[in-house]
Amino acid sequence: MTELAGNTQHIIELIYLVASALFILALKWMNTPATARRGILAGEIGMVLAIGGTLLQHGIVDYKWIAIALVIGSGIGVPLGLVQMTAVPQRTALSHAFGAFCVTLVGTAEFYLGTPSIPGFKMSVLCVEVILGGLTVTGSLMAAGKLQEVLPQRPITYKGQNFVNLALLASTAVIAVYLVHNPGATHLYPVMVGIALVVGVMLVIPIGGADMPTVISLLNSYAGLSAAAMGFVLNNKLLIVAGALDGSSGFILSVIMSKAMNRSFTNVVFGAFGQVAASAAGAQEARPVKSASPEEAAGILAAASKVVIVPGYGMAVAQAQHKVRELYDALTKRGIDVRFAIHPVAGRMPGHMNVLLAEADVPYDRLMEMDDINGDFPQTDVSLIIGANDVTNPAAKTDQSSPIYGMPVLDVEKSHTVMVIKRSMNPGFAGIDNPLYYMDQTLMLFGDAKVFVGNIVKELSSTHS
Amino acid sequence: MGSTLIDGLFVFMLAAFIGFEVIKRISPLLHTPLMSITNALDAIAVVGAIVLVGKHESRLSFILGILAVIAATSNIVGGFLITDRMLRMFKTSRPTKP
Repeated sequence: MTELAGNTQHIIELIYLVASALFILALKWMNTPATARRGILAGEIGMVLAIGGTLLQHGIVDYKWIAIALVIGSGIGVPLGLVQMTAVPQRTALSHAFGAFCVTLVGTAEFYLGTPSIPGFKMSVLCVEVILGGLTVTGSLMAAGKLQEVLPQRPITYKGQNFVNLALLASTAVIAVYLVHNPGATHLYPVMVGIALVVGVMLVIPIGGADMPTVISLLNSYAGLSAAAMGFVLNNKLLIVAGALDGSSGFILSVIMSKAMNRSFTNVVFGAFGQVAASAAGAQEARPVKSASPEEAAGILAAASKVVIVPGYGMAVAQAQHKVRELYDALTKRGIDVRFAIHPVAGRMPGHMNVLLAEADVPYDRLMEMDDINGDFPQTDVSLIIGANDVTNPAAKTDQSSPIYGMPVLDVEKSHTVMVIKRSMNPGFAGIDNPLYYMDQTLMLFGDAKVFVGNIVKELSSTHS
Repeated sequence: MGSTLIDGLFVFMLAAFIGFEVIKRISPLLHTPLMSITNALDAIAVVGAIVLVGKHESRLSFILGILAVIAATSNIVGGFLITDRMLRMFKTSRPTKP
């Protein structure tokens, strides 16, 4: 019997080994759109193998409830996989929460099964698992709530915020150390998890919309690390591999996002983002701007030979991506070269704009990264900015007092004409004024992005074509 | 115990390095699908939850296990589904140039 169990265990380990390789291949194939779907297949096969292998495990007696739970989970997963593309950021945040929820629950179950005799090493990784898992659950739920706009999106800051957060985190660490030495202290365990849950809320409270890409990436990384810690607790190498891959992926994305916002690395690690500079909200003298109608805008676009469209979160909010594609088609048909300039932090999560434009059937070879297109702005006739603000703010390059000074931005002001579609002159979410709007070559197109772009398209198709 | 820990750390270290090298090469174009697929892969934590449910060692571990399986499975199914939907949308310029 034990020999049989031992053999089965070896088979399971081998299956896990194959699954780990498939997971790595899945990510490797994700590097270009041409092979990416093969990557999904590899991931799916790995997943099915791993789950199948686990069911062979000696000691599993209750298959009925496993099946029921798998079916319910799939039932929840399908609608979550079918959400609108504009809802992808909040869906992603929600799935970070689900992943961390699973990890925290398993850690908790392991604790109560093992107490009072849990070896020190196992207890310490278990604490890492549930602390990281716990704060990721509530942090991600907060992020999802802000993105779905059921929670106030405004950053909430108060004096000594970082101190409070560090003190809370330190107290979980103290309890964790105590639990490692006294794993029988079952009354302290819920306190530790409870504080971790509070920390998650506190970490995301000061986050505004513009910081969401960094936060989502960071939560992704935490979710991965907590899963890796769970792998140590259960001595499951497949989990360690998957957690390490997810953790490093989230980490790399956070670093890319923080660089694109000119935030330091430590700033990211300690989650001290969202320091809202109390920028000159009062200093808003009415400076003159030039505005234009859809007819005028269409005329200028039709006369151009090189156009760059700069999309931002405003395009997502207005659901304007399909109209933007129509504009792209109308201009391309006239022989105008149209490209899209994608800032790394445009939108609410890494790659957000690319997915929306791909959804609208814009070919992805027209989507340019910031570094690749910045040199081309001087040769660009028209830059059309749709719902983007801070990522085009030239003050980031020139004004040392600007809260976003030093952030890499798109050099739109170098193009011959700049057109900005914007609802009104209210400064953007971060409350930072954009000098671009007052420049000589800039025309403001006031209105809803979807409606305005639609009107330009109408105008382009009615005048000769 | 000690060697298990060291084994685990070796695996973690190697996987983290592979992760860095592989993910560094991923085009920013695909960062959103990348995040949703790593989410799905991360839900491999379901294996730990399945064992909890299947072994039914205590009422608490059984219930927590069921909830954990549900949460992870929804991530697996939803994550793969949405990644596939996103990737199907990425198309290159039509071959017929005007």
